[in-house]
Amino acid sequence: MNQKRNIVIVSIFGLTAAVLLLAPFVGIETITLQEVVRPAAGGTGADIFWRIRVPRVLTAFCAGAALALSGMAFQAMFRNPLATPFTLGVSSGAAFGASLYVVTGIVFSIGPVSGQSLSAFVWAAMAILIVYGLTRVRRGSSTATMLIAGVAVNFFFSSFILFIQYISDFTRSFRVIRWLMGGFEIVGYEPVTTILPFVITGSFVIFALTNELNVLTLGEDIALSRGVPVRRVKTALFFATSLMVGSIVSVCGPIGFVGMMAPHICRLLVGYDHRYLAPATCVFGGAFLVLCDALARSLIPPAEIPVGVITALLGGPFFLWLLLRRSREGGQMGDL
Amino acid sequence: MKRPAIEIRNLTFSIEDSTILDSVSIDIYPGEYLSIIGPNGAGKTTLLRCLMRIHRVPAGAIHVGGVPAERLGQRALAKRISYVPQSEGRRCPFTVEEFVLLGRYPFRSPFSPIRREDRNAVSEALRLTRIDHLAQRRVDTLSGGERQTAFIAAAIAQGADILLLDEPTTFLDPKHEAEIRAILKALNRTMGRTIVAVTHDINAAALESDRVVILKDGRVIFTGTPGEVMDNAVLSRAYGKQFVFIEHPVAGRRIVLPEASE
Repeated sequence: MNQKRNIVIVSIFGLTAAVLLLAPFVGIETITLQEVVRPAAGGTGADIFWRIRVPRVLTAFCAGAALALSGMAFQAMFRNPLATPFTLGVSSGAAFGASLYVVTGIVFSIGPVSGQSLSAFVWAAMAILIVYGLTRVRRGSSTATMLIAGVAVNFFFSSFILFIQYISDFTRSFRVIRWLMGGFEIVGYEPVTTILPFVITGSFVIFALTNELNVLTLGEDIALSRGVPVRRVKTALFFATSLMVGSIVSVCGPIGFVGMMAPHICRLLVGYDHRYLAPATCVFGGAFLVLCDALARSLIPPAEIPVGVITALLGGPFFLWLLLRRSREGGQMGDL
Repeated sequence: MKRPAIEIRNLTFSIEDSTILDSVSIDIYPGEYLSIIGPNGAGKTTLLRCLMRIHRVPAGAIHVGGVPAERLGQRALAKRISYVPQSEGRRCPFTVEEFVLLGRYPFRSPFSPIRREDRNAVSEALRLTRIDHLAQRRVDTLSGGERQTAFIAAAIAQGADILLLDEPTTFLDPKHEAEIRAILKALNRTMGRTIVAVTHDINAAALESDRVVILKDGRVIFTGTPGEVMDNAVLSRAYGKQFVFIEHPVAGRRIVLPEASE
């Protein structure tokens, strides 16, 4: 088992490296290696490669990795494979925070942290606290409660976003709509450097808590009796995930389902031990989103599909499959 | 008399206006086997959960090794007390070995590999509980008795001197029941672990323990030796019915006979 697991993990890392190396060449126009290495006079290939494609791939990788890790943390905490930043309403909380910042027109920042990221982070944290609070109040059938609470929070924040769009002018409103679809239409390295500190901090917290995540998979009571300071660990995890989801949503828009598919597929591949699951999920999620984005910009040239549309098209059926599998196995057994 | 391993002083605990425990005071001494019996809803499980700090209790109500429990961190508490809850683990996706290794949590630190010490503690626990052969099976595929044994193994691996058990043998067939009782006895007699077991089985309490506490409606109504418990003056007060007693031919202790209609 351990040897098989190691082989699988090495393969995931190898495939990820391959995806990262190849993805920048793919797009509306395919760029050849020659164009990048020995740029011809007047050729735009190298420019597109370094100024657009590479930053875009790096951003997508960071976003995918962070969303997948957040999903993994939520799934261990809620003991439920359907818990993700998207289904729990964390993404829409962050989206609300970010659009609130855009529309109010108040510009501020704390150090290098933009006000938009900060606002997204605060509202992401708010959303997760509401959902978690609701699942604690109504113990018992936690899956149903969690999904309903997530749907409610989603509706709540979506209505606010709609309201914001309604009262703002046409161009702003269209910008918000396009941004809500999720995407990486970026130029230069600023988006990467914006989200990287958040992603690194959040990931570090999650990687430091893999032992705790393992024990939390057994439930909070058992975690306490094994000596896990559950309250503090959950606070740290909520903070880390809100930080990551908030920063990513404020830059790339809410991108759904990565946080559900990546951890689940990795659990099937490497098992439930978070010391191995976390690194696997992290790179798998990153590579997955890079791949989705490569599809998004090359499927119907010269147009691009918003990457959020691609992940939702893949993720919707996957979500249903998980749900059906759970009810067939009698609800309880399918958990995690 | 030795200093108590756990002192419970006037512990009162309520959930939403209903008092579950009402000024409970119990001393638990190192190395003893204490059984807690009592009718359904007496607060037995809640008492164990308070000791493990799954429930937050008033400051100063519980002392562990002379220190107020709330001043020990959860991790430090877990090094002294381990807890085997009632029939859990139906959703545990880990193998028995991985699961027992999670019992070593209080000794683990982030980013560090598993130490030899931890590995040894796990194999020792698997050996003591005789489930080496189940090491690679997933916990959620085990039978009730095997699962219970795996939980006890994890608690042993945790290395705490005090072991709290909630209905360790309920729902088990006679063979598994005997096995678990033998494991607990060995832990208590040869390894000197303190055992606090909540049970519905009056006879098990009488046969295994040094001391028996009876809880009823959240209050301690009796503390004494197994011999003293086996008396209708005591038991009828707890359960509101009369029992018929007989002497166990091997153990030489009094036990209750099951009800028989004529």
